[in-house]
Amino acid sequence: MAPFFLYLAVFLLLPLVVLAVEAFRVTDPVTFEEGWSTANLGTVTEGAYGRAYVGSLQLSAITAVIGAVLGLALAVAVLGARRGRLLRRMVLTAAGVLANFGGVPLAFAFLATIGNAGVVTALLTDTLGLSFSLYSMTGLAIVYSYFLIPLMVLTILPALEGLRPQWREAADNLGASGWQYWRYVGGPVLAPPVLGATMLLFASSFAAYATAKALVGSSIPLVTLQIADSLSSNVVVGAENLGKALALGMVVLVGLVMAFYAWVQRRTQRWLT
Amino acid sequence: MRRTTLRTAVAVVTAGLTLTACGSDDGGSGGGSGSDWAEATSVEDGGGMDALVEAAKAEGELNVIALPPDWANYGEMLETFGEKYDIEINSASPDGSSQDELNAVTSQRGQDRAPDVLDLGTAFARQAQAQDLTAPYKVQTWDEIPEGQRDPDGHWFNDYGGYISIGCNDTIVAECPQTMQDLLDPQYAGQVALNGNPTQAAAAFAGVWAASLSNGGDLDDIGPGVDFFVQLKEAGNFNPVESTPATIESGETPIVLDWDYLNAAYAEGLAEIDTEWTVAVPSDGLFGGYYSQAISKFAPHPAAARLWQEFLYSDEGQNIWLAGGARPVRLTSMEDAGTADADALAALPPVEGEAEFPSQEQETAAKDVVTSRWNEEMSG
Repeated sequence: MAPFFLYLAVFLLLPLVVLAVEAFRVTDPVTFEEGWSTANLGTVTEGAYGRAYVGSLQLSAITAVIGAVLGLALAVAVLGARRGRLLRRMVLTAAGVLANFGGVPLAFAFLATIGNAGVVTALLTDTLGLSFSLYSMTGLAIVYSYFLIPLMVLTILPALEGLRPQWREAADNLGASGWQYWRYVGGPVLAPPVLGATMLLFASSFAAYATAKALVGSSIPLVTLQIADSLSSNVVVGAENLGKALALGMVVLVGLVMAFYAWVQRRTQRWLT
Repeated sequence: MRRTTLRTAVAVVTAGLTLTACGSDDGGSGGGSGSDWAEATSVEDGGGMDALVEAAKAEGELNVIALPPDWANYGEMLETFGEKYDIEINSASPDGSSQDELNAVTSQRGQDRAPDVLDLGTAFARQAQAQDLTAPYKVQTWDEIPEGQRDPDGHWFNDYGGYISIGCNDTIVAECPQTMQDLLDPQYAGQVALNGNPTQAAAAFAGVWAASLSNGGDLDDIGPGVDFFVQLKEAGNFNPVESTPATIESGETPIVLDWDYLNAAYAEGLAEIDTEWTVAVPSDGLFGGYYSQAISKFAPHPAAARLWQEFLYSDEGQNIWLAGGARPVRLTSMEDAGTADADALAALPPVEGEAEFPSQEQETAAKDVVTSRWNEEMSG
């Protein structure tokens, strides 16, 4: 255990402490003098930065739910398929690859397909007269789903496999309907892993950076983009501490979501016993 | 000092880690040859040019940072310098930003791989001086650097500059825009892009300023520039994809506002794939900007760092920048003396009128306006 805690201390706690301290430092843009202030924390909660948090939370919540629902449906369908061993292996392999297909390559794949000069864009507008903008919240949600759905399949399949057929048979023998089985047996057993996986998707999408950067630049308010802009600015002197305050805010938000998850999980477990 | 993409993703993660490393090792200059070049403020001060060359060769290495080879002809600059003096050049994070450079100076202080020389946005050069990170030095051609483009003591001095220009893919766009106001024309729907967020990327920030000049603003008021882009966005002409060589080549960003020397470099690259990239300096939004050189106070190779500066500000170095389409800071003097490369001079895009440069106060005020208004009004 000791090496693990040492690892955590060096790579998680230490950066967190540095972040928390640096968030309270400010640099005067004219005299370049440094000092202590809570001004950064005030700045990041209002105006454009406040909207960036809201934008990030919205996008993460929506994509997490979409990814969880579709991913769960796909996983159930694959497991339920008759003579589906080959299909299952293919879906699992594809999910393993696609769940890790993110960042700039993914953004460019979409740009080349349905971006301004994309192959399919031309096809859609010429033949069907449809117009669609990839550079919007909706566009970003679609791109994120591309790696979130496979991620859901990967994380939830083991839990689904843990659902023993005997339970279903027992419920059937006792005269339970399909709905009753899911309501009283399958649902409660699956709830904690499904919630946990949804949390994972939320965090993954909340922390995503490179895809959004390449796709929408600053036109969609997202915290990660704001942090990056502040940390490596060519324009504003002393903005890096603002970036650290923004990052601290993200840590707090994720902490809150995890606390909520822990609470829900305790409730569902109490329900099970 | 430049656009960044993936690197910043790493920076977000590692910023905290690298910061913890600073302050642990306060040793002075590392691989120096024992002479006092680290203290020399001019060539004479250190014993003359021959002594400088000898000391730099003895050091044998030069650490540079944030110098992309396709930026203002830096590729040729580094190669020529390395061959001429037989010095090995270590180029760190070529796509880094000005802030990254300052972070490297503080966090790698006392290490052999710390940067020797810096190429910074002027505001960052001033900050570096205020934080006591720079060593003052005056190159031999110091008097030909216009006053107002250098720190009086030599802590930093401007190196090269250019104008905001409209780069345009002539193969995709029917008629290329020539002025800022042209960009509002409905025929450019979804085509006009910047090289980044103006709160982060210097050329994009300058683009907003150029827009302001064309839209009734002046150096005291950048607000109309933000209004212009809001208008551009509402007209559907603004393309949120931040331009990179890849998006320019693929046609994703057919019209790009950027420094003229960068657009000129794109033109050269695109000519190879039979695409014409035209560069126009807008007469209604004439806005120029310079970058600044500085020597790190903690340079592990103090002599090589000073030799690099002498090389950059020699006729040879200045002409290499000029060949890349950038306007070296000694250009006026060199034109008078007839030492500027005539072909390269003729290849610069034509400029009508004379650009004025903002003062430090004007710049700070403009940054406040852009940081508070851009993300508020342009995103969402």
